[in-house]
Amino acid sequence: MSAEWDVIVIGGGHAGCEAAAASARAGARTLLLTHKLETIGEMSCNPAIGGLGKGHLVREIDALDGIMGRISDVSGIQFRLLNRSKGPAVRGPRTQSDRKLYREAMQAELAATVNLTIEAGAVEDLIFDEGVCKGAICSDGREYRAHGVVLTTGTFLKGMIHRGQERIPAGRVNEAPSIGLSDTLYGLGLQMGRLKTGTPARLRKSSISWEELDMQPADPDPVPFSFMTDKITVPQIECGISRTTEETHRIISENIDQSAVYSGAIAGRGPRYCPSIEDKVVRFADRTSHQIFLEPEGLDDDTVYPNGISSSLPDDVQDAFLRTIPGLANVEVVRYGYAIEYDYVDPRELDATLQLRKAPGLWLAGQINGTTGYEEAAAQGLMAGLNAAFAAEGKDPLILSRSEAYIGVMIDDLITRGVTEPYRMFTSRAEYRLMLRADNADQRLTEKAIELCFAGPARIERFQTKMGELERAREMARSRSLTPPEAKKAGISVNADGKRRNVFDLLAYPDVDWDMITAVWPELAELSEETVEQIEIDALYSGYLERQQADILAFRRDEAVRIPTGFDFGSVGGLSNEAREKLERARPETLGQASRIEGVTPGALTAVLAHLKRKQKDAS
Amino acid sequence: METTIYALSTAPGRAGVAIIRISGPKAGDVLDVMTAGRRPAARGAALRRLQNTEGEVFDEALVLWFPGPASFTGEDCAELQVHGGLAVIETAFETLETLGCVPAEAGEFTRRAFENDRIDLTEAEGLADLIEAETEGQRRQALAQMTGALRGLYEEWRESLISILASVEGEIDFPDEGDVPDALSHRAFEPLVILIASMQEHLDDGRRGERIRTGFTIALIGAPNAGKSSLLNKLAGRDAAIVTDIPGTTRDIIEVRVTMGGYPVIISDTAGLREAVDAVEAEGVKRALDRAVQADLRIGVVDARSDEELADLQGRLHDDDLLVLNKLDLAPGASADGAYPLSAKSGEGISDLEARIEAIVQERLSARELPALSRARHRKNVETASEALGRALSQLAAAPELAGEDIRLAIRSLESLTGRVDVEDVLDRVFSQFCIGK
Repeated sequence: MSAEWDVIVIGGGHAGCEAAAASARAGARTLLLTHKLETIGEMSCNPAIGGLGKGHLVREIDALDGIMGRISDVSGIQFRLLNRSKGPAVRGPRTQSDRKLYREAMQAELAATVNLTIEAGAVEDLIFDEGVCKGAICSDGREYRAHGVVLTTGTFLKGMIHRGQERIPAGRVNEAPSIGLSDTLYGLGLQMGRLKTGTPARLRKSSISWEELDMQPADPDPVPFSFMTDKITVPQIECGISRTTEETHRIISENIDQSAVYSGAIAGRGPRYCPSIEDKVVRFADRTSHQIFLEPEGLDDDTVYPNGISSSLPDDVQDAFLRTIPGLANVEVVRYGYAIEYDYVDPRELDATLQLRKAPGLWLAGQINGTTGYEEAAAQGLMAGLNAAFAAEGKDPLILSRSEAYIGVMIDDLITRGVTEPYRMFTSRAEYRLMLRADNADQRLTEKAIELCFAGPARIERFQTKMGELERAREMARSRSLTPPEAKKAGISVNADGKRRNVFDLLAYPDVDWDMITAVWPELAELSEETVEQIEIDALYSGYLERQQADILAFRRDEAVRIPTGFDFGSVGGLSNEAREKLERARPETLGQASRIEGVTPGALTAVLAHLKRKQKDAS
Repeated sequence: METTIYALSTAPGRAGVAIIRISGPKAGDVLDVMTAGRRPAARGAALRRLQNTEGEVFDEALVLWFPGPASFTGEDCAELQVHGGLAVIETAFETLETLGCVPAEAGEFTRRAFENDRIDLTEAEGLADLIEAETEGQRRQALAQMTGALRGLYEEWRESLISILASVEGEIDFPDEGDVPDALSHRAFEPLVILIASMQEHLDDGRRGERIRTGFTIALIGAPNAGKSSLLNKLAGRDAAIVTDIPGTTRDIIEVRVTMGGYPVIISDTAGLREAVDAVEAEGVKRALDRAVQADLRIGVVDARSDEELADLQGRLHDDDLLVLNKLDLAPGASADGAYPLSAKSGEGISDLEARIEAIVQERLSARELPALSRARHRKNVETASEALGRALSQLAAAPELAGEDIRLAIRSLESLTGRVDVEDVLDRVFSQFCIGK
């Protein structure tokens, strides 16, 4: 029987939206099933997109013609390029978003997506046909059949909200959790666990004394996320900055036993980089104050998100400590903060396409895989959606490597090493950070989207125009050079070694700028600002990038050795029991991935390689 | 492009012949340089003088040349069968490194052979064991021989690298956090300077390289006619010094070069220490004292019958110097704490002294803590790391991302010494020092 759908995406959060859009873009008949249509594209926590590592992910999503970047550009109300004063490899675009604009833009985008149907439905179970996932069943009994299912449950899997002594089963405030789906996953024999995260109280904007606060403005020239966006036209706002006081800390310390986390009610681990205010007060007892950003949730929204003080203390304690914060003496709370605990699946159960190895046809993306963050979720959604679509169409999967994209770094980290706390992207996780920049995400990835036919015509045209100009400019820069005396005449002092230096070589000198170059070659002045910036970045990093290229070649050689699914590590002679167990558990897909598993020695790798080679030889 | 690798394929330590294998694209060029252009015919062996990149001949060796693909690894290969002394091996390694070769990783020859289909696949099962044994053996050896002080040093380095990288990465990844200072990476400045200095000190340790080239120096000191010259002749195995029973016969310094424990050793016989009877002897005594101060090891020689001499000399010797009670033939049964009673004349007791000297020379000059091959690789790694950290230091203020790159490179090259530094270790450090979470 032919399925109604190629791909069903369950969940309308950031992972689900990106998955549905990607699957549809890849040509698959896609159904998005979610509890409530109104909350599609909801920002449940901090109304912000991007940052270090995260901004890189958004650029990569965009380079693969995903939607998060464009939606952020039409809803961002405080764009700031982080690390502006540092090198281009570590600049991170970030914005606060207007929650309503974001949600509306996302819903409009999906509604207009060809091949995509959206229906409301609370999925309670999955359909399996001989071990392969073939569809979903809603709580009202509706059944949908498909070639593949992408599951993006966020915090809904057995979600439990904690606030003081209160326990409320919920996926988000006032939204029921998914119990049935959790049981289904346990039934598959998957390694699962609990994680926790938290959110602060929401404050009424009009109850804050803004005049008492320092304000942080947006950048004067907002840098968009999407390579398709020319200019940010959304009005930009300021955020307030305040700080906790010793009095705040005193109230929190005195009531610490009422916090859900410290009373021992929560077993799941929370992220170290997103601690609650209770955690901050306890773990950093020597600090007398912590910074708080007061971020308006929208242009015409009376809600403010106080960034930095998530809490699971009881309502009255939250009220009390909030009022000790400068600017918040008379604050009104719109909704109190809470901690939430939810199920996740050990991501080592996944293959590199984010498909469950124990349940083919079922892809997972977002918090269910132990990550945190909208951007991490969306990036996984994109990859899961694409690969589910490709599988339905009988095409090869798309797998990005650590040397190509932050997306590759994240997925490899997840499936190889698992998680012990919600996983967040940092630039320090990327070995090839100088190569994997936000500014060149399109140069790294868009070609793949074009080749595999999931980039739209507008994207293709824009990309090809840009690359055409860039190539021409690079050629111009390569072919124009100066001898040391000529350079000296142009005011550039270099060693008198008789070597000709081209534009890239000259730009690599710290005191040489583009004006000095165009003074020598006036024809280069016609190049666009964007193109010149790329030339300058190429020049800045060239020495390091050349060295990294050699590393990457060696890295890719091991990555190119694929270990087939179902490879029997037990049949490899000469493997120690420890190495065998570790390999069996991690089930690496490439020799390179195997080498990153702790405890797998060079000997074990060679044994595996030998075995693979012999099989190859026997087969031919 | 593949690197060219080398390794000692005979057991490290004292042996008559040591075989150094070289594999990779530069193998032929290396042979040309080391044999002054007299590369042997393919698959042939020839006796050649080996020279370093300065053109200094350091050994005469049997040299073999196997152009790929018909070679052990399938690549161009060469083999140098040198005299087994550690000094020769070290010089050969140094020359190979100068020519751009790198020490082979554990099992790398085998792996290359295997990848180029030079090993029958039925042998493959045994390979893992082989490589494992090689790796494990090296690791155990390294661990066993690593002294407590050295282990402590490597742990310090690791600790320092984590905190340096945490400062740099913390500044890069958490620019918008109230608790993270803006110029956090500047905190890496001082630890970087200290770490680089520590590595340099480690590399220069005991001027090992210089001693290997010029020889380990031993000064024989003692009163006139204590028998220093006889002892010298005994150790040298020939009559280098004139031996008479007239006190003050040796007026200037007499040096002999010998090989002990596989290393060149220079033993100096010095003028006897006494009130000089003439100006020539006075100058001799002065030189004797200078030489004694500069020497790597002093051997005090006393007449076993003279308690006076013993007392005088004990003041001039360092803690780890040696004391010889000579003329045992004239004072049978003589002994003193920690001293070597012997008779330079009859040879009695000499072998104990020789064994002790060899042990000292080896301890101070050789591998110190590691077998020659591991040490060569480690040394190279420390050099690479130290250079990278130097670059990091200069980039710290202007471009922390480039500093970060070099620090990561340094960490990678030090992994064999310090153990792996994972990004999680670095993040741990950041999260424990700063309250992250806006």
